[in-house]
Amino acid sequence: MTVRLVLYVAGDTPRSRSARATVAWLADGGVGERVEVAVVDVIDQPERAETDRVLLTPTLLRQGPGSARRVVGDLGDRARVAEALGLLAAGPTPTEPTR
Amino acid sequence: MTETTGANGALKPFTKLATGIEGLDVIAEGGLPAGRTTLVGGTAGSGKTIFAAQFLAEGIRIGEKGVFITFEESPAELSRNLMTLGWDVPAWEAAGAWTYVDGSPDEEATDVVGDFDLGALLARITRAVKKSGATRVSIDSVNALFSRLPNPEKLRGELYRISRALRQLGATTLVTAERLDDYGEVSRYGIEEFVADNVILLRNTLQDERRRRTVEILKFRGTAHQRGEFPFTIASEKGVVVLPLSAMKLTQRSSTTRVTSGIPRLDEMLGGGYFRDSIILLSGATGTGKTLTVTHFVAGGVAQGDRCILFAFEESREQLMRNAKSWGHDFDEMERGGLLRIIPVYPHAMPLEDHLLRMRWAIEEFKPRRVVVDSLSALERVTALRSFREFMLGLTSLLKHREIAGMVTSTAPSILGGHSITEKHISTLTDTILLLRYVEINGELRRGLLVLKMRGSRHDTTIREYTIEADGMHVGEPFRNTSGILSGNITHGRAEDEEEAPGEGPQVQVE
Repeated sequence: MTVRLVLYVAGDTPRSRSARATVAWLADGGVGERVEVAVVDVIDQPERAETDRVLLTPTLLRQGPGSARRVVGDLGDRARVAEALGLLAAGPTPTEPTR
Repeated sequence: MTETTGANGALKPFTKLATGIEGLDVIAEGGLPAGRTTLVGGTAGSGKTIFAAQFLAEGIRIGEKGVFITFEESPAELSRNLMTLGWDVPAWEAAGAWTYVDGSPDEEATDVVGDFDLGALLARITRAVKKSGATRVSIDSVNALFSRLPNPEKLRGELYRISRALRQLGATTLVTAERLDDYGEVSRYGIEEFVADNVILLRNTLQDERRRRTVEILKFRGTAHQRGEFPFTIASEKGVVVLPLSAMKLTQRSSTTRVTSGIPRLDEMLGGGYFRDSIILLSGATGTGKTLTVTHFVAGGVAQGDRCILFAFEESREQLMRNAKSWGHDFDEMERGGLLRIIPVYPHAMPLEDHLLRMRWAIEEFKPRRVVVDSLSALERVTALRSFREFMLGLTSLLKHREIAGMVTSTAPSILGGHSITEKHISTLTDTILLLRYVEINGELRRGLLVLKMRGSRHDTTIREYTIEADGMHVGEPFRNTSGILSGNITHGRAEDEEEAPGEGPQVQVE
């Protein structure tokens, strides 16, 4: 089963880039589950942030299956991101330095 | 940046946005600084949310649209609560006049991994403001944001960014923040230093076992405002109403028109009657005839076609009607004729500010030429001195602004004279003071009347005897060879002087 994630970012900032890299890693088989990610830039699509009640950027939403989860921040610590999303790790998870 | 606190400063004052909140614009000298952010700080229960909502509601009344950003209650809860104040938020939402940005806590757990910003919030606020064309924005309350997220410095910086963006959008913004203590630091997390050049504090304190709500404008950058705490109340259908008591100027023009006291001889003593816009303090011990003097004042007014309101703090309306009737004045008929309204007031029922507010509404609605408050002593017993003084200031300016002749009564503490606390604290606010006193002469208790003061007019300064007859008060001749009536230490001259025929009193009156 594919896990659906939505990443909200605000423009092209170091935080956005870090978060995008993490979700790309997740989608690329970084975890032991299939992951599908949509990225929304709230500056272009603020109505999406309104619908999902997003305040902070970056915000990563797990929409399903299973219970909804929300992780905010630059998502630099990939192991913690995977854990917070309830995703199974696929072996050791490299952590990219963020700042 | 240079600060000026008055319109005379070197800088051009910022323009103000009239909030429409009753009384607030008076103390804010026009309203909130337009296009700026104002922080509203207050402890829990101080009325911050209502204040923030009312800022939008008053705008909507005059066609200005608003955006409400909520971090605490959900929009549904808020709308439900605001409905009780008579604000139909769902209808305003449907009409596009009110837009929520829902920042209330999420149902799902949020984990924080790394650095974040409020970019999504800013994007949503910007969208809401642009889409609706809003000029007013309320953010309530930022503490809820701080309490659920790490890194307060980061949040402060982000709030500053939002406030700057709103300024660029031309919106006037109100941000609420919680305080821990009514007289402590301005806000938790030091928000005020980052977010706003302008700070308003709402307080909700317990004073002499009574709740007292006040609003204070702590600072307005570059623009004038009134200083100090002003009482406010939260009324249904109206929301926050500020009582700008001491901010009202007591420099109204004085009328030279005279109005009758309802007692011909007293009118003579007054040099032709009271002034149209004067405040008359009537002081006397119990039984000296205060209610009778009031009855004459009301009946004299009604006979001339003056509308009168009698605020009855002590006696019931039935009692007042019975008394008046016994002196030949039919209050009931006067009420039916539309010239009199008797309004019973129960001093214990609510704070003094609320009484004043209700009195003001009654006056605005009935538009009387004469108002009586009988008696102030009933109020003095249930309130702190400071509130009492503010009440009197508010009442006198209220009456003077409308050129209403106002009579307030006060019960003297002892049978034979002396001044009550009431009188000490309000005598400077009154234009005319009438004293009704018992006078003991040769073992007999008689009554004496004195015009103690009358601003702007010559008046009789003798103490005249008066009697209370079936048809009311009769003012007679001055007491002679009797001194000490005012202090209660009465001494008499030779006994035969007492025997002198009335009418031989002093012809030249001492001013």
